Amino acid sequence: MIQFDNVSKRYSTGQEALNRLSFHIEPSEMVFLTGHSGAGKSTLLKLTMLMERPTAGQVWVNGTNLKSLGRRHIPAHRRNIGVVFQSHHLLFDRSVFDNVALPLVIAGHDSREVSRRVRAALDKVGLLNKEKQNPIALSGGEQQRVGIARAVVNKPALLLADEPTGNLDPELSADIMNLFEQFNQVGVTVLIATHDLALIARMPYRMMSLSQGRLSSPVLGR
Amino acid sequence: MAKVARRDTKQKGAQQSHTGLGQKLKAWRASHKQECWASLRRLLRKPGDSLMTWMVIGIALALPAALYLALGSLEQLSSGWDGSARVSLYLNDTVSEEEGQQLAKNLLADGEIAAIEYISAADALVEFKSISGYGDVLDALAYNPLPAVIVVKPAQHLATAEQTDALVARLGKLDPVDQAELDLEWVQRLYAMMDLGRRAIAALALMLALGVLLVMGNTIRLAIENRRDEIVVTKLVGATDAFVRRPFLYTGWWYGLGGGLAAWIIVVVALLWLGGAVARLVGLYGGDFALLLPGPMQSLALLLGAGILGLLGAWLAVTRHLGAIEPR
Repeated sequence: MIQFDNVSKRYSTGQEALNRLSFHIEPSEMVFLTGHSGAGKSTLLKLTMLMERPTAGQVWVNGTNLKSLGRRHIPAHRRNIGVVFQSHHLLFDRSVFDNVALPLVIAGHDSREVSRRVRAALDKVGLLNKEKQNPIALSGGEQQRVGIARAVVNKPALLLADEPTGNLDPELSADIMNLFEQFNQVGVTVLIATHDLALIARMPYRMMSLSQGRLSSPVLGR
Repeated sequence: MAKVARRDTKQKGAQQSHTGLGQKLKAWRASHKQECWASLRRLLRKPGDSLMTWMVIGIALALPAALYLALGSLEQLSSGWDGSARVSLYLNDTVSEEEGQQLAKNLLADGEIAAIEYISAADALVEFKSISGYGDVLDALAYNPLPAVIVVKPAQHLATAEQTDALVARLGKLDPVDQAELDLEWVQRLYAMMDLGRRAIAALALMLALGVLLVMGNTIRLAIENRRDEIVVTKLVGATDAFVRRPFLYTGWWYGLGGGLAAWIIVVVALLWLGGAVARLVGLYGGDFALLLPGPMQSLALLLGAGILGLLGAWLAVTRHLGAIEPR
C-alpha cells in the first residue's frame, strides 16, 4: 500500500528529515511509526499525502508512483487517504456534522448520500448525538473522534494518523487506538505516528522506529 | 432483506469514492449554487463591513456613471439639429415680402439645398416678442428692426465643411441677401467638447475601475487570510483549486454587484436632486432640457459591469494569494 524506495528529504532550511529511507507497508496492515520529535515521522506522512515532495527516491501509494502525479492530481490522491492530526484541524465555524461532511461535499456527493455517510461515521465514533453541536463545545477526546470520523467518512483505503493521542489521557488514548484497530479489521491500511510507546507496546502490530531520518532498528514483525 | 444486501454491495462499490460524470456535474452545479448563496449570507452577516466596501465601490462607479448620463442628456439636446447645419440668409430691407417668397421658391430648386423656410420680418418680430419678453420695448419702436430671413437646410450630400462653406459664400453673393450666416460653428464646438468630455469620462472610468479592482483585490486578500485555516483543511481532505477558489469568486461578484447597486442609487438620487435645479436654470434660458435617468439597459449594464469588476478583482487576488496557502 505504501512503499518508500531510498527516499531522502532535505528541507530548504538544510534540515535532513529523511535519509535514504526504504520500507513497505502491505495493504490491510496496521503499522506504528515511532521516534523522537524531529525524527522524520511527520515528513514521512507528508510525503505520503503529497504535502511535500522527496528530494530523492520514490514513493508509491496504492500502486501509484507519486512522482507521476502533478499538482492537479493531488486532490484526487488525497481523497483516497484519510488523515487524523494531533491538532485535529476542525473548523469551529460549523457544526460537527458539517465538519465530517467536508470531504464528501468536496468529492461531490449528493446531500442524501452525505448525511447517510456522515451519520454512519459519527455513529462509528460514538458521537451521533453531538452532530449539531459546534466542535468547540466538545472535549479533547471527542474532538479527536470527530477528526477520525472525518478521516474515514470517505471510506479511504489508507488511514494516516499523526500523534492522534498526543493531547489525551491514557484511557481516552486507548479508546482512540481501539477505533483505529476496528477500521483496520475491515481492511483499511492504517499508519499511526506516535511517541506513546507505553500505549502501543502491548498491541500486536508492526512498529517502525525512525531516528535521524532512518529506520533505527530492524522492522519488527507481528 | 434483498434491499439491504444490494445496498451493501453499493457501499463497497463506493469504497474509492468514484463518482460518475453526471453525478459530478450535478454536484458541481449544487456546489456553485450553495457557494453562491453562502457567500452572500456571509457578507450579510457582517452588514457594517460589507456596506463599507459596497459604498467604496458605489462611489467610485457613481462618478463616471453620472457624468456619462449627463453627457447623454446633452447629446439628446443637440440631436435636434440632426448633425447638419442651417444657413440663415438675412435679406435686405428693400426686399419686399413677395420678392422674398419668390427667392425662397427659386432656391428650393437648387440641387445643394434640401429645405427652405421663409420667415418674414413680421413673423420674426412676433416670434422674437414671444420668446424674448421685450414685447413692450419693441412695440415702442416705430419700425420693425428685424430683417426677413430664409433658413436654408443644405442637402445631405454636402458632407464636408468646405462644401457647406462654398454654398454659404454663393448664397451670400445673391442680390437680395444682405448676409449669409452658417449656424454650424457652435454645433461643431459642442460636438468637439462632447467628444473631449467622452474621452475624459472614459479615462476617469478606466482609472476608477482600476481602483475598484484594487479595492476588491485587497478585500478578497483579507477574506482569504481570515479563512486560512479552512482553506488548509479543505486542501488536506482533497479540495481542488477550483473548489477553494469558488467562494472567493462569488464573494467578489456580490461585492461588485452590491457596489453597482450603490452606484445606481447614488446616481439616481443625485440626478433627481439636481434635476429640479437644472430644469429651473435651463427654463430661465428658454430651453427645454431634462437630465436623463438611467434606462433599464444602462442600469443593467452598470450592475453587471460592477459585478464583473468585482469578480475580476477577486480573481486577481485569488490567483495571487491562494497558491501560497498550502498545508504544512
